[in-house]
Amino acid sequence: MDNRYSCFFSDMGFLNVAISFIIGISTLIMIRIFYVVYRSSKPLYSRPPGPLSTLIILGSGGHTAEMINLLAVMQMDRFKPRYYIAAATDNMSLQKARVLEDSLPDKAEVELVETSQFMQIYRSREVGQSYVTSVGTTLIALSHALWLMIKIRPQVILCNGPGTCVPLCVIAFVFKVLGIRWSSIFYVESIARVRRLSLSGLLLYKLRMADQLFVQWPQLKSKYPRANYVGRLM
Amino acid sequence: MFKSSCLLIISCSEKVKQKIGEYRMGESHDSVKSKRIVFVTVGTTCFDSLVRAVDTQESTGEDGSLSVDYFTFSSSIAEYLKSASLVISHAGSGSIFETLRLKKPLIVVVNEDLMDNHQSELAEELAERNHLFCVFPQTLYQTISGMDLGSLVAYQPGDATPVANFINRFLGFNDE
Repeated sequence: MDNRYSCFFSDMGFLNVAISFIIGISTLIMIRIFYVVYRSSKPLYSRPPGPLSTLIILGSGGHTAEMINLLAVMQMDRFKPRYYIAAATDNMSLQKARVLEDSLPDKAEVELVETSQFMQIYRSREVGQSYVTSVGTTLIALSHALWLMIKIRPQVILCNGPGTCVPLCVIAFVFKVLGIRWSSIFYVESIARVRRLSLSGLLLYKLRMADQLFVQWPQLKSKYPRANYVGRLM
Repeated sequence: MFKSSCLLIISCSEKVKQKIGEYRMGESHDSVKSKRIVFVTVGTTCFDSLVRAVDTQESTGEDGSLSVDYFTFSSSIAEYLKSASLVISHAGSGSIFETLRLKKPLIVVVNEDLMDNHQSELAEELAERNHLFCVFPQTLYQTISGMDLGSLVAYQPGDATPVANFINRFLGFNDE
């Protein structure tokens, strides 16, 4: 009888330890997440940092045009090496990025022009695809995104709306929480979004995964106060 | 609704092009230049209801004297936009802003078949600001009949510099 009770108590003990362990780890993770969100919302460096590796996520059509417009006014020597990711079914975007990269003036100092790499990523959802099959394609996209992010581990992420950016930003956020890499995520909502955020924008806004979210119309700023209204990019 | 002195250039799907075929009424290269060009584009989408609305008997003139040219895809429509005196477009932001940048009169037709029609938000907002006209395929004809192109206001191009500055400051890069 003693044997049975002692088995019972040691089982309970093990269970207690396991539960306490899980609760403890979860609490630590929650605290870390809150810290990451809090720290991400504030300016990152107090002194000018060196060049930051940058991931630029391109989407089809109007999305890419807006991103090119933004890149054209940014100092490229501060953001290198640069990695461009576009959906696997989107060929035009990478071409446009290549044109932009080729147009950059050569610096006086000799620099290796291996500063940008072009890559492809499988789309989470094609335009017109049903939401049900989107789950499967999203899982594929997630694993591919994970692989790419492990390779790149960018310090800065620029994206402006296509579904391709959600898996990448989620993974970047997880990397932040786990201390693998701190990425500053900048999300610019497309100019086509006047009254409502896109699904990507809404996710990143609500989950507070973007460091800074920019909107191009005042209506969105009033609806989503934590967003930054910066006027129009186009 | 289009005068016979117009050349209608339509960018549309392959299916529609095959169904309708090409109309060329014996024009020489010179006469093409003397015509005013209306450019109709559906961007990279399927928007057959717009092409149908434009290419009716009513719009092309009963004697078929309107010249109509079709192509299915062009990697850059900039040249077509530059030579057009009126552009009729789907509501894609790329088409819209490319046209506005060239300061061409623009009628945006909203595609009701699209799943999540957020595109119409942009067209409606710009129409409210008088930068373009925003219609549905069914109302295209009456809009063109009654429109006053002089009421359109030029769109001032935007500027991405505020975003770049914000990002720079956030990351600690000093400017000026």
